Amino acid sequence: MVALADYLMVGAILFCVSVAGIFINRKNIIVLLMCIELMLLAVNLNFIAFSHFNHDIGGQVFVFFILTVAAAESAIGLAILVVLFRNRSSINVDDISAMRG
Amino acid sequence: MNDFALILPEATLLVLACGVLLLDAFIGKRVPAATFWGAVVSCLVVLAQVASPGYMPEAAVFGFAGTLRVDVMGTVLKSFLLVLVVVSFFYAHEYFSKQRQEVQGEYYPLALFATLGMMVLVSANSLLTIYLGLELLSLSLYSLVALQRDSVTASEAAMKYFVLGALASGMLLYGMSMLYGVAGTLDLSELLIKVGNLEEQRLLLTFGLVFLVVGIAFKLGVVPFHMWLPDVYQGAATPVTQFIGTAPKLAAFGMAMRLLVDGLWGLSEHWQQMLIILSILSMGVGNLLAIAQRNFKRMLAYSTIAHMGFLLLGMLSATASGYAASMFYVTLYALMSMGAFGSIILLASARSEADELSDLAGLAKRSPWFAFILLILMFSMAGVPPFGGFWAKWFVLKEVIVADYVWLAGIAVMFSLVGAYYYLRIVKLMYFDEPETPYPVSATTDLKLVLSVNGLVVLVLGIVPSTLMSVCISATIPYLPW
Repeated sequence: MVALADYLMVGAILFCVSVAGIFINRKNIIVLLMCIELMLLAVNLNFIAFSHFNHDIGGQVFVFFILTVAAAESAIGLAILVVLFRNRSSINVDDISAMRG
Repeated sequence: MNDFALILPEATLLVLACGVLLLDAFIGKRVPAATFWGAVVSCLVVLAQVASPGYMPEAAVFGFAGTLRVDVMGTVLKSFLLVLVVVSFFYAHEYFSKQRQEVQGEYYPLALFATLGMMVLVSANSLLTIYLGLELLSLSLYSLVALQRDSVTASEAAMKYFVLGALASGMLLYGMSMLYGVAGTLDLSELLIKVGNLEEQRLLLTFGLVFLVVGIAFKLGVVPFHMWLPDVYQGAATPVTQFIGTAPKLAAFGMAMRLLVDGLWGLSEHWQQMLIILSILSMGVGNLLAIAQRNFKRMLAYSTIAHMGFLLLGMLSATASGYAASMFYVTLYALMSMGAFGSIILLASARSEADELSDLAGLAKRSPWFAFILLILMFSMAGVPPFGGFWAKWFVLKEVIVADYVWLAGIAVMFSLVGAYYYLRIVKLMYFDEPETPYPVSATTDLKLVLSVNGLVVLVLGIVPSTLMSVCISATIPYLPW
């Protein structure tokens, strides 16, 4: 029997990996978008685990909404990425620094 | 009231926003003003519904299985933010017709959808509704920032905003999942009761609370979650910056109220501590870094950060009058920053954005009246009496002292003295420096009228602050202790 704590641990690890990915990543922006998706999935895992162990359906409904919003979010993220690439011909994170201070 | 009567303003706004989108697609290219007027009329119709006497409930009314809440605070915030949105549409229309940009049409439907998100956010009574309102607002704002397709800075600002915004939403969601796990409910009113009764799982609740506060701090733009703000303010087109800097601040305040006060009042001793740290850091970093800026929009971004720190001071006193003071502050701040960005729009020409500080040099010689309006706004932001900003700071500081945080009030006053330096530098630039171009400022009558009224409202609110304050107090009556 897998306990609630195990699910939460996996969720926490995934969450940490994605946050670390956003901050450590210096290669390209697509990896950033992937990290954001991973973060939302970590949260989904948490919600489903709690929903199952608390016998409450609300958490699973929430997950459906998160999945839908995540799709819209990555669509907008990729659209911005295309605009950015057309303007600078690069999606390297280090190049995104026209404004500083 | 049945459920659909409760959500009537939001439903109307959704339909009208889709209508404006179609209007832009079909006749927007031939008659550019059509989209603008469509958007203004939509907002006014919704405002009439929100402000109608039948919609204003005595006590909070819940709908849609407790996910939606209509109360006085929500209704007042909705009316304020709709007014702000309409005013920012007038500025945007002037800017776009001056710059002759092709992309102007998309601005209005996107801004209307953002407004819908803000309205959902301030009337949320469930973690799910808060998330949905927040995402609708944020996703519209990301695309608004990227509206200038061929601008390098705008696309870069949009990308930064998107990545950091998505990170903040993820943090907020993680906190929500923890709260849901411990309390077993998504409903904020149930959460309020459960959190009050749960004694043994305080640690997990506080763990969730930390993530929630991070999400709220990001949306308000307080240090250390402010990194997006200067870049977005500088990179986006001026009307977009103006939009982001005004109405969404009210919505973020509403979201903080819903989550921290309506839902997690039982943890107030914990979030008070966190808000104290956030507000000290914001006031410090915001005011100090603003001094170093050469770009007016970027300077205003750092000034926003400092003002949001001040806003938190009222909230962290955790009393009804403290919330009223914060609400007064955020409304007045929105009016001031509306006017400050309006001045940039006034000075902008077809060739330049006019957002460098040097563009303001000698404004008093080019246009004495608008130099005076900007002087009102800068004095008000600095907190000089008798302008509105003085009272905003006064009410907030009073609450902090009543809540026994005299040292915190001392720090706040010290940092606002630092802040006065860069606001007064603008006044010095306008009145004592020589202009680079001797030509008088040219603008349409509409823009002159809107900007003048905007500046004078800040002045009038400084002379009779009780008009706005009494509305804020009546909105926070439900939070008085029994």
